[in-house]
Amino acid sequence: MDITSMTAVEIGKKIKAKEITVADAVEAAIAQIERVEENVHSFVRIDKEGARKRAEEVQKMINDGTLTGPLAGVPVAIKDNLCTKGVETTCSSKILEGFKPTFTAEAVVNLEKAGAVILGKTNMDEFAMGSTTETSYYGETKNPWNLEHVPGGSSGGSCAAVAAGECAYALGSDTGGSIRQPSSFCGVVGIKPTYGTVSRYGLIAYGSSLDQIGPIAKDVTDCATILETIASHDSKDSTSIARESYDFTEGLVAEVKGMKIGVPRDYFTEGLDPEVKEQILKAVKVLEEKGAVVEEFDLSLVQYAIPAYYVIASAEASSNLSRFDGVKYGYRTSEYEGLHNMYKKTRSEGFGPEVKRRIMLGSFVLSSGYYDAYYLKALRTKALIKKAFDKAFASYDAIIAPAAPTTAPKLGESLSDPLKMYLGDIYTIAVNLAGFPGITIPVGKDSKGLPVGMQIIGDCFQEKKIIRAAYTFEQTKSYEAPELAKGDR
Amino acid sequence: MANQITDETIEYVGILAKLELSDAEKEEAKKDMEKMLDYIDTLNELDTDGVEPMSHVFPVHNVFREDVVTNGDGSADTLANAPLAKDQSFKVPKTIG
Amino acid sequence: MAKQYETVIGLEVHVELATKTKIFCSCSTQFGGAPNTHTCPVCTGMPGSLPVLNKQVVEYAMAIGLATNCDITQVCKFDRKNYFYPDNPQNYQISQLYLPIARNGYVEIEVAGQKKKVRIHEMHMEEDAGKLIHDEWDDTSLVDYNRSGVPLVEIVSEPDMRSADEVIAYLEKLRTIVQYLGASDCKLQEGSMRADVNLSVREVGAAEFGTRTEMKNLNSFKAIARAIEGERERQIELIEEGKQVVQETRRWDDNKESSHAMRSKEDAQDYRYFPEPDLVPIIISDEWIQKVKDRQPELRSEKLERYKKEYDIPQYDAEILTNSKHMADIFEEAAAICGKPKKVSNWLMVETMRLLKENGMEPEDIDFAPENLAALVELTEAGTINSSVAKEVFEKIFAEDIDPKAYVEEHGLKTVNDDGALEEVLKKVIADNPQAVADYQGGKKKALGALVGQTMKTMKGKADPVAINKKLQEML
Repeated sequence: MDITSMTAVEIGKKIKAKEITVADAVEAAIAQIERVEENVHSFVRIDKEGARKRAEEVQKMINDGTLTGPLAGVPVAIKDNLCTKGVETTCSSKILEGFKPTFTAEAVVNLEKAGAVILGKTNMDEFAMGSTTETSYYGETKNPWNLEHVPGGSSGGSCAAVAAGECAYALGSDTGGSIRQPSSFCGVVGIKPTYGTVSRYGLIAYGSSLDQIGPIAKDVTDCATILETIASHDSKDSTSIARESYDFTEGLVAEVKGMKIGVPRDYFTEGLDPEVKEQILKAVKVLEEKGAVVEEFDLSLVQYAIPAYYVIASAEASSNLSRFDGVKYGYRTSEYEGLHNMYKKTRSEGFGPEVKRRIMLGSFVLSSGYYDAYYLKALRTKALIKKAFDKAFASYDAIIAPAAPTTAPKLGESLSDPLKMYLGDIYTIAVNLAGFPGITIPVGKDSKGLPVGMQIIGDCFQEKKIIRAAYTFEQTKSYEAPELAKGDR
Repeated sequence: MANQITDETIEYVGILAKLELSDAEKEEAKKDMEKMLDYIDTLNELDTDGVEPMSHVFPVHNVFREDVVTNGDGSADTLANAPLAKDQSFKVPKTIG
Repeated sequence: MAKQYETVIGLEVHVELATKTKIFCSCSTQFGGAPNTHTCPVCTGMPGSLPVLNKQVVEYAMAIGLATNCDITQVCKFDRKNYFYPDNPQNYQISQLYLPIARNGYVEIEVAGQKKKVRIHEMHMEEDAGKLIHDEWDDTSLVDYNRSGVPLVEIVSEPDMRSADEVIAYLEKLRTIVQYLGASDCKLQEGSMRADVNLSVREVGAAEFGTRTEMKNLNSFKAIARAIEGERERQIELIEEGKQVVQETRRWDDNKESSHAMRSKEDAQDYRYFPEPDLVPIIISDEWIQKVKDRQPELRSEKLERYKKEYDIPQYDAEILTNSKHMADIFEEAAAICGKPKKVSNWLMVETMRLLKENGMEPEDIDFAPENLAALVELTEAGTINSSVAKEVFEKIFAEDIDPKAYVEEHGLKTVNDDGALEEVLKKVIADNPQAVADYQGGKKKALGALVGQTMKTMKGKADPVAINKKLQEML
């Protein structure tokens, strides 16, 4: 029995049925980590002993009936921007080296309550700023499908860990596509929920108005189940929304008859790799055959989402990241003369180039004389983009889009030209600006054998609809793991 | 209409952001910023007159806490990660001259 | 003829609100405490922490806005003010710039019989910073975040004041209003009320304002008055010398009685305000405003009228008593306990005011329990102690808040009511002072006073002078 190839829900069921123990599941994950981690480098920190100890506790609670949920005893990996009490949390940055939070992020607390066993913290682009997981201070993560390629980012570590079978599922965060794009590159499923669905308490902020935590797993069932577990109305997060229902698994219905699906023409233009386009349109066809009503339409304003996003995200980041100054936690430069020199040296040594680039841009667009021209202009653009989507959702239950213009690029190709890298976020970013939910599912592979993901975007609070569409498609195609995950068994 | 970022601007933004850049980094930062701002300037093609700037997406409002003390002595946790501490306080370079 | 100058002053007044918890977390706002004991991840800017607004802060701010005739901003938001300083743990302060809670108000002041309106430009809510202590030992600074996140309102006036007297009158007026609302204790020394002075000068009759400076670190009315005078002179001197006044922030040093510019290359005054994404807007309905209005406690003018009617206290006394909410509270409580409002008022009007003045204190600094004052009134009324002993006991109450009954008991200060003992002393006094006795008997009534005095002295004050007087007359 190969536990590492099972989905989280499958593992949970087997544990519940006493076919395997929590320790079996955890040891299988640890063995897989020991086998592939050297090549993939999904993790920045692995806590084998902690996981083993926790496995015993969870097993007891399962045995005595206190833990009955679907995820009890299932091993998970957590993105390194989610605070875990007493466990180093760095956002893959030097500036937070050694930082041990004194509390645990609400989403992780919710997982722990459900009996999750945390294996460790996954690698990411430094402070989630990047699309390749190459900006991590702790070295890049590689794509399990082809180690010469990036896993995507910023939740690249989480997605690679799931694809490589190092954990049953993982948590990521998505500010401009950071769950959906690497999920696509790694051939796994990831959901960015409606803004306010999962508490941001304990998520180290990048762009506060855009950040959302979400699940990454092998299939839609897992993702719906995990989302149901981590989502909550949290009084500690003022932007958390009390939703009418958190029963996302109700969306797990293989039926799309009559569902109206919009395909924006402006998302399928020359910027899109023809192979990616082909795979997605094929998947759309499948849904159409299943009874969905598919229609092409013009979304408009597509080209303005990226510039608006980089103004807003960088502005918020410049402020959010100002707390890293060497006074209260993390890195402080060893030699300095006076306060301001200490600040400058600490931050200049502690942050990597991409983070500095965005802090500089963010500080500039907010500075005296530029606020109206840049920041307010971006907020107005955001309002228009939201309106364009609202108009589309008046006609459609879901919108289908690529998750990225290409499949995973080779390592080292993207960082040389930041603007080019930013352009890769074109299909994911508007969803964050407008607060919508989006899911990425694998639909095929390109000629290089790299996975192609399809993004399904829903209206606010309509996760169940996109879960349903994704689940329906998934029935036609079983999960495929990279060779590396399978090993030589 | 290409944006021109001067040395003074980069210097000034460095002061605001508390970042110290080497000369080479400054040159690169100038180029990066010029390129990004040129790109961002494409927003000017959009007519946004009369459009209300949208900071919050959802009409959620009036999220409050009641005025009840529930936190106790937090000093140990607060100082747990301090790079330098003394007398239960964070130690920093002298602030007042 | 020398040019005549006019001083133009606007004030930014920070008031610490009297909430139990901080503005964005459930830590106590209690003053004092060992460093960093009143802290949590939110008020120390820990990564991942998020603010949640204290409702009471909004209600206090609304109450102050309404009492200062402001318009309440019914869609109100928070913004971030970005600047690096170690007392500011996130390196941004959550404040309000674009949609502050109240705008366009005024308060009326009276200086030398002249009434005047000082307009309020706006009032906003924000969080206080932590405290920095200079460590002499190794020349570093130590940061304590106990005050970090304590709620403040900042009340920004228009440049409507023209003299230190007007400024003081405005501050006193604001203080009274805020205290009566119960929104703050407004202690300047403890920093729960702080004022920054924006000042410029111009030639009398000039239409334009001069360049202004902002003066910080003013922690008493005296310091404010001195700083205004000093800055006025400094600016006039610059102008007379043909130099420019530089728009800058200056720090007042009350010991040196001078100010110095706080500018440095690293303090760019560019706060990069933007809407706080971690907090949602506050929408204030008409009903909510009405509710806050309805809950408004008795204001000073109402209290003053009531004192005159209910306690039969003269206008002047009622003004002094109600000038400070704290004093008025002590008055009412003590009067309620002993049922002798006039006596209580007397103690506050005379002895308390004298001791405050001697000690350079404000009525807010009164630190004795009304119970003790009431007990003292009861002791005097019952004749247990005489008035001179009472004064001595009151000084103890004022200084150390002692229980007068226990104190009188312990120190044997009770008036001697034993007729026999008094007679013994009087016999001796009569025998020792034949001249005074002769004078009295010769018709000089005043001589009796000397004998009473002698008796009191012999009895170390523990006698009732009225009783002595009566007894002496009988014996002579």
